[in-house]
Amino acid sequence: MSTAVFKPRPDQMGDNNEKKTSYLTAGFNIRSWLLTVDHKRIAILYLLSLTFFFFLGGMFAVLIRLELITPAGDLMQAETYNKMFTMHGVVMVFFFLIPSIPAVFGNFLVPLMIGAKDLAFPRINLLSWYLFMFGGMLGFAAIIFGGVDTGWTFYTPYSSTYANSNVILAALGAFFAGFSSILTGLNFIATIHKMRAPGMTWFRMPLFIWAHYATSIIQILGTPVVAITIILVALERLFHIGIFDPKLGGDPILFQHLFWFYSHPAVYIMILPSMGVISEVITCFSKKKIFGYEFIAFSSLGIAVLGFLVWGHHMYTSGQSIYVSLVFSVLTFLVAIPSAIKVFNWTATLYKGSVSYDAPMLYAIGFIGLFTIGGLTGVFLATLGVNVHVHDTYFIVAHFHYIMVGGAIMGYMAALHFWWPKITGRLYPEVWARVASFVIFFGFHLTFFPQFIVGYLGMPRRYHAYPEEFQIWNILSSAGASILGLGYLIPLIYFIWSLKYGERASANPWNAKGLEWEKADSPPTQFNFDKTPIVDQEVYDY
Amino acid sequence: MFKEFKFFPEQASTLAGEVDLLFYFLIAVSVFFSSLIFFLIYVFAVRYRRRSEDEKPQQIPGMLKLELAWSIIPLILTMIVFVWGATIYFDSYTPPKDAMEVYVVGKQWMWHIQHPTGQREINELHIPVNQPVKLTMATEDVIHSFYVPAFRVKKDVVPGRYTTMWFEATKTGEFHLFCAEYCGTKHSAMIGKVVVQEPAAYQDWLSGGTQNEPLEVIGEKKFQQFACQTCHADKPNSRGPSLVGIFGESIKLQNGQSVVVDEEYIRESVLEPNSKVAAGYKPVMPTFKGQVSEVSLLQITAYIKSLAKGGSN
Amino acid sequence: MSTKETALQHHFENLDQQFEASTLGMWAFLVQEILFFGGLFAGYIVYRNWYPEAFHLGSEHLDVFLGTVNTAVLICSSLTMAMAVHWAQKGDKNKIITFLVLTFILGAVFLGIKAVEYSHKFHAGLLPGDGFIWHGEHGDQVRIFYSFYFVMTGMHALHMIIGAGILIHLIVQAGKDRYDANYFTPVELFGLYWHFVDIIWIFLFPLLYLLGRH
Repeated sequence: MSTAVFKPRPDQMGDNNEKKTSYLTAGFNIRSWLLTVDHKRIAILYLLSLTFFFFLGGMFAVLIRLELITPAGDLMQAETYNKMFTMHGVVMVFFFLIPSIPAVFGNFLVPLMIGAKDLAFPRINLLSWYLFMFGGMLGFAAIIFGGVDTGWTFYTPYSSTYANSNVILAALGAFFAGFSSILTGLNFIATIHKMRAPGMTWFRMPLFIWAHYATSIIQILGTPVVAITIILVALERLFHIGIFDPKLGGDPILFQHLFWFYSHPAVYIMILPSMGVISEVITCFSKKKIFGYEFIAFSSLGIAVLGFLVWGHHMYTSGQSIYVSLVFSVLTFLVAIPSAIKVFNWTATLYKGSVSYDAPMLYAIGFIGLFTIGGLTGVFLATLGVNVHVHDTYFIVAHFHYIMVGGAIMGYMAALHFWWPKITGRLYPEVWARVASFVIFFGFHLTFFPQFIVGYLGMPRRYHAYPEEFQIWNILSSAGASILGLGYLIPLIYFIWSLKYGERASANPWNAKGLEWEKADSPPTQFNFDKTPIVDQEVYDY
Repeated sequence: MFKEFKFFPEQASTLAGEVDLLFYFLIAVSVFFSSLIFFLIYVFAVRYRRRSEDEKPQQIPGMLKLELAWSIIPLILTMIVFVWGATIYFDSYTPPKDAMEVYVVGKQWMWHIQHPTGQREINELHIPVNQPVKLTMATEDVIHSFYVPAFRVKKDVVPGRYTTMWFEATKTGEFHLFCAEYCGTKHSAMIGKVVVQEPAAYQDWLSGGTQNEPLEVIGEKKFQQFACQTCHADKPNSRGPSLVGIFGESIKLQNGQSVVVDEEYIRESVLEPNSKVAAGYKPVMPTFKGQVSEVSLLQITAYIKSLAKGGSN
Repeated sequence: MSTKETALQHHFENLDQQFEASTLGMWAFLVQEILFFGGLFAGYIVYRNWYPEAFHLGSEHLDVFLGTVNTAVLICSSLTMAMAVHWAQKGDKNKIITFLVLTFILGAVFLGIKAVEYSHKFHAGLLPGDGFIWHGEHGDQVRIFYSFYFVMTGMHALHMIIGAGILIHLIVQAGKDRYDANYFTPVELFGLYWHFVDIIWIFLFPLLYLLGRH
């Protein structure tokens, strides 16, 4: 259908070295963006919308940290505070983290990396962006019309019977965002299977592709379960059908099982693509083949499969059978192993390399540091005896922020810096980028490390007011949050600046390996390659 | 303004020391591995920094033995931690036989506590030191979670069923009691304290204040108020089975199966009387759902339990 | 122009690659559908184990006759759909349209019968919610059974309605000569979808209707 050829306008991007039309210059009107089926343009649409949601969610985080500076609940009412952390969670999880790397960088890079002209289903790709935006609008409407206060986990029967806020709007927002995620995963699976360029064998694929393949499996297998669960909660709220209502014999714990069956693997939807990014960046900036390619590739699949068998570790204190808890605990320990393998392999890749410290590499090293701490504290939480004490405290909050912010968002930042020249054709100011990476790294630690301590001391999460003895750690955390917030604003400024003033990037500014660097322009042409590339090299052939 | 930088919470139960020991071990393992990683990254990053743009590092595709080593060693370590953690969990699961029973009902947004001797407290729990205490917990509305950090114990209180937990305090004093499962607007105000006292002081507390009837006596009154005794009288040809001495026993059901009479079964029989009818009786009992509160239900249960001890009706 | 040129999208090398990618995409889509219904089946199994008698009682109030007729109708529609795919492979335009129309009619019959059943349930007060009426034992749990009945069959019916919409599209496209022996991917893939929806019903029918009868 709409594979219309857009005519380049000679007055734009009229440099002499720009002979070919890049995807950015193939059409300038709004229609050429909103009805585009070009995976690269859709990636840009996602990038813009996700940036909006990231700062929206960040704004809620700022208000949370402001409230928690003092033990008393003095900045806002308890009800408002509850809405703040709920909307922070909903926005960040469903409208930023889950789409983040797959929707932006996966969309942009999967076809480029495997030598395809586009994803297998370009129109479905566009549809998935519209579904995402529709979900995002519903979520945003829930916020505008007074917010939602159930916590992002929507636990029944609070969400289904007791809460007086816009639960249905927010839940439906998550539902549509979920379908967008399913369609993205479906597209990646078909593309990776069927559209690889000649010579691009499975074991020549970049690890970024392996990571996205594993992520897609989770998106397809997990998301529909939470989708139907959300529908049941909405029906329970609307019509009082009884499935989650204990007064009628319904089981509120069933909701937790169904919810975590998706929402635990969803953590791997956030972290696996990030791991893929790190593999690319580490190899490029140490000019080394990755150490143990197969181990890393299969550990991604291992995480995807095992990740589905551990959801019960969110429910050790829920009164589930002790034997069920035992099984979930042992499986949870097993899923730690593939993550450990990756960290060791990345470290070993640096050995005898030629290591440079460009901004993407700084973020990647930061990722390894933060993910190591996040992963190890995950082992604490898998441990039955310890989990009972720290469950639903700030220890958990700190742990998953180390994984999601320290892991997933550091990976997102690494990707943004690494592929920015490819996406926009411009270089960003390197000095500022390095400064920002340090500000983010230290701001992050100061924000979240104290939360481990205050969590072990016993401060429960989702508390609007708290006993005075916890204050010192909360002040440190809030101080860190202000640094972290600043750290995220710096890149926002210099990336926008670079669009106009940044130096033009060559096709391969990092001397990296991979089809997207070696065979495509910066920014790539509309159909990525002049002719279908033929792959005759091994992967990471530095 | 701030007391001091405190890193670890007080240990005030038999469980606390065990949990902390495992926690310290985990910290040690974590510090070792993260230091190792950070150290190696630092050394590699400095030692092998890029000196010229066109240097060609030696390529190492992998080393199977090394990779197997760092897959298997963490596996062994995690299995050790698993067994250790599971042992603690198991111990913390089964209350000792001599545990003192206390009944807890969570409600938006307060904790209602009943002692067997009839004392009732709101957001406070008085217990004697060095005495195992078993809590049987219910909720009137949403999920709550009973959490005493100094004891390292936590258990969700789930609507529609009883959950139980136990602990043995080893220190006198006052300790935080938190609701740990988000339960609505005033979740953070659903807090209180556990007051651990020397046995003598505890006895004083029990006898002080307004004179209370023991829980089973209150329960007996409720039993009559709901006219339970019209059918469950302890005499032949009653419409319902006698409740004397049945608590803790296994009884036969109409459908041929058998069931142990415990708190949960009594609860179910009051709210869903016809789901597990005792053998030899007709399913004629009406439901008391919506009429009897969780608090009263626990009182009636205490009464039925007292019948098991050889009381009579 | 033959379909060979018009059907090939720009980003595929050839029609074979396009067909394989589309088929894989459809299978992946069906896998997520299985998980979507899987959540409901999981919930159903839990409650059926908890409340076997209530589920038994609830099931007895379903109309087995209409359910059986609908099962037969749906199996026939799967057959006509398979025939449509068969004639698509042979490139016989008229027969494709005939069988697609037959499939559409059978689908509509199914939905019609379902609507009749639903309206009986509405009038009998069996719609779960605060207006639910049950004269007999285990009322609350029977309500849960009917929640599953309506949500499961409702989701199934929604899939049928979407399928019927796509069928109309396929009939129109077939009328425009879009499909021939070289290119009939949409018909074939829709066939997969339709069979899947059929199979879901094959599971729903005994779980909901035949529960009360052995």
